[in-house]
Amino acid sequence: MQAKLRMAGKTLVVRMQGELDHHTVDILREQIDEKVTGGQANNVLFNFQSVNFMDSSGLGMVLGRYRAVMEKGGRVLACSLQPPVQRVFELSGLQNRIPVFHTEQEALRNV
Amino acid sequence: MDNYMKLEIPGKSQNEAFARVAVAAFAAQADPTIDEISDIKTAVSEAVTNAIIHGYENGPGIIMISSVLTGSRLEITVVDYGTGIADIEQARQPLYTTKPELERSGMGFTIMENFMDEFTVTSSPGQGTTVTMVKVFNGITQPCES
Repeated sequence: MQAKLRMAGKTLVVRMQGELDHHTVDILREQIDEKVTGGQANNVLFNFQSVNFMDSSGLGMVLGRYRAVMEKGGRVLACSLQPPVQRVFELSGLQNRIPVFHTEQEALRNV
Repeated sequence: MDNYMKLEIPGKSQNEAFARVAVAAFAAQADPTIDEISDIKTAVSEAVTNAIIHGYENGPGIIMISSVLTGSRLEITVVDYGTGIADIEQARQPLYTTKPELERSGMGFTIMENFMDEFTVTSSPGQGTTVTMVKVFNGITQPCES
């Protein structure tokens, strides 16, 4: 798992690449939390374009960021879900809490 | 029995990806669809992660993974010899987790149950947990010759 983080205004855009599981989520969690707790980011956008695998550990990481960001009054969004990730989102009902968009641009327009 | 495989790994998180890819590679001989392979990888990942986090609580321990392919039916068994589960019915409830502080989503069993065609858990506190899952490719069994 590799991730590129960039700021788009007050939104942290997290472009992930690879597989999101128990082994790989910890580093990503730390990277995101540094920006959120440091106050640089109000919102977080997860871009799943290059994520071809996610299990419940990835789900837990996203939900954890959702709770932390919501507490600060921000929003968490997701975009570009690939079918395996989409399936986990749907089963967990995550898309009922986190708005999902087709593209990063579309998501950023709706922050 | 058409074919089988057995795999023994230490309960290390870096083996999660190896375990799911190994089982998926074994399953590939049955010519599954991409979605079926994806379901198997996710279910195996959940079972192995549970063994590491809950069975061995991130400590040392052995995980045994075996798989039997019979026609279009793939049976996968994941065994740990760790702490076991006191209340399986409670553990199977969606969103239930004993480790919320680790940001566990509590969706592991729900995913295994939904992504596979059959799913059973047996466990004895202090002795370990066995998860057995079945995937029938194309959703149907091989037609019988008449």
